[in-house]
Amino acid sequence: MSISFEHVSHVYSAGTPYEYKALDDVSVTIEEGKITAVIGQTGSGKSTLVQHLNALLLPSEGTICILDRTIKAGEKPKKLKSLRKDVGLVFQFPEYQLFEETVIKDVAFGPKNFGATEEEAMAKAREALTLVGLGQDTFEKSPLELSGGQKRRAAIAGILAMNPSVLVLDEPTAGLDPLGTIQMMELFHSLNKKYQKTILIVTHDMEQVFSHCDNVVVVENGKIRMHAPVSEFFRDSSLCREMNILPPALIRMKDLLVQYGFEVPQEVQDIDGLAKVIARQVKHHG
Amino acid sequence: MIEVKNLKFSYDDTKTTIDDVSFSIPDGSYTTIVGHNGSGKSTIAKLLAGLLEKQGGSIQIDGLELNMENLTKIRSRIGIVFQNPDNQFIGSTVRDDIAFGLENHNVPQPEMDGIIETNAAKVKMTKYLDHEPTRLSGGQKQRVAIAGVLAMKPKLLIFDEATAMLDPQGKDEIKKVISQLHRENNLTIVSITHDIDEVADSDYVLALDNGKLVMEGTPHDVFTDERKLRRIQLDVPFSLKMRTALAKQGVDAGRHITMEGLVKELCQSLSNM
Repeated sequence: MSISFEHVSHVYSAGTPYEYKALDDVSVTIEEGKITAVIGQTGSGKSTLVQHLNALLLPSEGTICILDRTIKAGEKPKKLKSLRKDVGLVFQFPEYQLFEETVIKDVAFGPKNFGATEEEAMAKAREALTLVGLGQDTFEKSPLELSGGQKRRAAIAGILAMNPSVLVLDEPTAGLDPLGTIQMMELFHSLNKKYQKTILIVTHDMEQVFSHCDNVVVVENGKIRMHAPVSEFFRDSSLCREMNILPPALIRMKDLLVQYGFEVPQEVQDIDGLAKVIARQVKHHG
Repeated sequence: MIEVKNLKFSYDDTKTTIDDVSFSIPDGSYTTIVGHNGSGKSTIAKLLAGLLEKQGGSIQIDGLELNMENLTKIRSRIGIVFQNPDNQFIGSTVRDDIAFGLENHNVPQPEMDGIIETNAAKVKMTKYLDHEPTRLSGGQKQRVAIAGVLAMKPKLLIFDEATAMLDPQGKDEIKKVISQLHRENNLTIVSITHDIDEVADSDYVLALDNGKLVMEGTPHDVFTDERKLRRIQLDVPFSLKMRTALAKQGVDAGRHITMEGLVKELCQSLSNM
């Protein structure tokens, strides 16, 4: 089983003056059990791409294979309900969609919608809320009483309660403070490692891509500009600069060191390794 | 000049949101306020703008006490730009949107056109005056919001995480606009932010934790105190993390807020010996 796009195009408002081709002949295979970052400038087609994963958008051309389903352009998709259970999509600013009286009811809404009994749904909601780090004291609160970061967690719990095997997150850390961002990324990391969930994250934050993701897909003008392992993508800053992306701090530091006369091997990709390289050269001179 | 003394505020009885905070902000300065979510940053912004009413202490702006009596007078000197670019649009075109505040103040039409043009130019949005706000990018929307606020000729501009919801390009645009307004228009700026680069651009930093003012000083003073930053859950600049990693390897380097500073220092120990 895999997740693959074969020659997929997507046209918005086809046949009107606003017609716009957001995806243009995209072919890409997403590795299962990994965390893949989807990056690219605003308007490049990132969100359009990921919204095809649970058939929220249907391809205008081409085929998408996801788990054991096939979605073909021009055909009515089958088994849509089970697809939406297996592929959880978390939109940008998902906290705007919280609507129930209490946090736990909001999270239980999904499982109930997919046929769970009241009791089962509540059990799943409790489990999901615990997983995202929200304590019992929040369960009976109104979602409006939570802080911004807590609301975001509650919204993600609402998707996790359906136990999807693929989790797609559109800019999950936008607007969070630095600590909230780190905690959120650690949550995705553990969902991936402990529960083997395949995770796709749409993001602008290269620090997150560098420290937490396995692969990176770069979308540009509706096409896949590049698909590579993160270690390869950030080997040096040249690819980032070419694509007008601010490289992660460690890579910028390496660049600066080279500029000031240090020798820095490309394979150094962590802060302690870099410190060793610097120490050797500073001491060597002493 | 803003003079805040022993400021107190709570939303309800369970928690004090602003707990005995005092600071002063000189005219024409650029101050950033930092702190984790829930530390009270935005509440301070709303208290300064008179959107919330203080429950203790005093806020003086240009020698005037911020109270019901002086509210209208003080508000006319303050502009505030919020986080969400989609929540602050009223007009159906960029021009109408910038005009909204002016219309409310009965500015005559011929005069209004000039003010709109001048302020659109300050945020580089002249080309978009007849565009629909909904079709603009996040950074462009925030620039229009800034122009609308500038049209009211404020002396003090407050940015409440105005870059938080923008993409890297949008963040850059807004940071440049803020710096430029500070330099060229002599506006007093208070910006609430998580962005370390924005902090580095400012003159003075106030750090809040649980409603208390816990650190203040120049960006360099505040952002080189690693232990304290961690205690109040703020991100430590990369240059300090690098310094710690270097110390483990027996290399002593100074505390720098920027990578450039650190690398320049390291470079000296390369070439001097």
